[in-house]
Amino acid sequence: MSAEMNVKQTAAESGDSLLVEGWRRFRRNKLALLGLAMTITIILAALFAGALAPYDPIKQLIWTEGASAKLASPSSGHIMGTDLYGRDIFSRVLFGARISLQIGIFATVVTLVIGIPLGAVAGYKGGVYDDLISWLVNVVFAFPFILFVLAVVSIFQNPSLYLVFVAIGLVNWVNICRITRGQFFSLRNSEFVEAAHALGLPARRIIFRHILPNAMAPIIVQATLGMGGIITIEAGLAYLGFGAQPPTPSWGLMISEGQQYMAQGQWWWSVFPGIAIMFTVLAFNFLGDGLRDALDVRQKR
Amino acid sequence: MFAYIVRKMLYTIPVVWGVITVVFILMAVVPGDPARIMAGQRGDPATIAKIRHDLGLDLPMMSQYTKFLGELARGDLGMSYRNNEKVSSAIATRFAATMRLTLWAMVIAVVLGITTGIISAAKQYSAFDYAVMFISVSGVSAPVFWVGLLLLLVFAYSLGWVPGIGVGEGQWIYLALPALTLGVRPAALLARLTRSCMLEVMTQDYIRTARAKGVSERLVIIKHALKNAMIPIITIIGTQVADLLSGAVLTESIFAWPGVGRLAVEALRNRDFPMIRGTVIVLAVTFLVANLIVDLSYGFFDPRIRYEDR
Repeated sequence: MSAEMNVKQTAAESGDSLLVEGWRRFRRNKLALLGLAMTITIILAALFAGALAPYDPIKQLIWTEGASAKLASPSSGHIMGTDLYGRDIFSRVLFGARISLQIGIFATVVTLVIGIPLGAVAGYKGGVYDDLISWLVNVVFAFPFILFVLAVVSIFQNPSLYLVFVAIGLVNWVNICRITRGQFFSLRNSEFVEAAHALGLPARRIIFRHILPNAMAPIIVQATLGMGGIITIEAGLAYLGFGAQPPTPSWGLMISEGQQYMAQGQWWWSVFPGIAIMFTVLAFNFLGDGLRDALDVRQKR
Repeated sequence: MFAYIVRKMLYTIPVVWGVITVVFILMAVVPGDPARIMAGQRGDPATIAKIRHDLGLDLPMMSQYTKFLGELARGDLGMSYRNNEKVSSAIATRFAATMRLTLWAMVIAVVLGITTGIISAAKQYSAFDYAVMFISVSGVSAPVFWVGLLLLLVFAYSLGWVPGIGVGEGQWIYLALPALTLGVRPAALLARLTRSCMLEVMTQDYIRTARAKGVSERLVIIKHALKNAMIPIITIIGTQVADLLSGAVLTESIFAWPGVGRLAVEALRNRDFPMIRGTVIVLAVTFLVANLIVDLSYGFFDPRIRYEDR
């Protein structure tokens, strides 16, 4: 028992120093700090959308302010203009951050819950397990991402946001699975695993308590970089009408609602939500790249 | 080389079977009765029963599966629930449009991405370099359907240089915006990758040797550096195939481009299951074939791979 404690102790110690050292490196990277600041901005916007938004995101101002509120161009009153129903686009963009972050976070959780165990088993056990899981990864990977998510979503008659993030997770897990598998594959013969093995620990304990903490860095990096992809896919689903439904202030949905007015020069309805998506994806990309450099993932590969 | 090709092809077969089976299972667990959808609102029970029998939906699941596999082997993807069109011929008439779009997007991406990447690397930290990096970082982050709308807004609605959506009578000009839209993301990735690969290769000893020999800078870049930077670039082109086919689904929807992607989205809207099944299988198999080609060209460009991989 005490020997096991020792093994754990070492893992924990190196984990701590990795974090401290990682933060030191992260702090020196300007792009990483920019990514962090942008991410915090989005999180704050989502959390305090209610207080920050000048208008109710689904309130149709044409009923109170008259026709002047319909498709009004950006001005001091409505800094991003209004849409056909007189809804304030800036307020809707703020509330949209909630939808995107929610989907991003929950779909990532589903992704990790499926991807990590499968990748761990494939990499640790090898053999038939590895063949089977790798085959499944290749099969799922062969589908055009958005089409497969669409097919899963369309199975159910009433698309809800829960369904969207489960569907995204059901496809997205392959990326995490590949990374986890590679990590476990390279770590399974290392000395601390051998030691745990020699102590007679069950495989499950070795996988989750001993190898996984040492394999986390690349998984965290991949999950962060994956957030951008998930948010883009959700926007694509909403754009095609399969994700969030009106009057939800979803960025993808807003782009689709406004697109027919672009030809008449009323560009703001579709352009601002797109900038919000780009900003968010950029934030997670910078953050993920920064984490990769800080946690030294690239050199481990 | 021959053994390498055969082995790669054999690996693809179980994946194709997996794709077909997953699609079958997905469509089999769908709630709602396809026969009822086909019969429409006023279908009486007798009609519904007859349709169900004609479609083979009254068979046990396993027999339906073997029947499906048998038909698939003969190239038969079933009939659309909506308009009694054969799924295979509906896809056949639209497949060329999707290929035309994705291949030209790829050409745009390769030409634009690699040239700007090379110039960026050759003139590191210049205004051009910063501009390219800024545009490519944005291009990677922007959703493809939004890029498409912006391009429409600028080049079609404001400047009027190109027509809006649709294909007209098949003129080339109608291809310009969709192909550019789809090509932006891979172009951005390729520009960044080419730049970093070139910068890395340029520090190698053989580049110094070539320069010391008095080879012109242009030749050093094109003949000595680019050749060695090509392997990671080809890998990225390979990984972009999946993104391109996914992006085609959205791009075709924005531009009303008559391809398989748009056909798939319409089928999903209509809950036309045989059509969904057919389009998804065809797009997935297209991806696998494209990947196989990339794998093979990889072995062609880097002879070490076909020996190592044994």
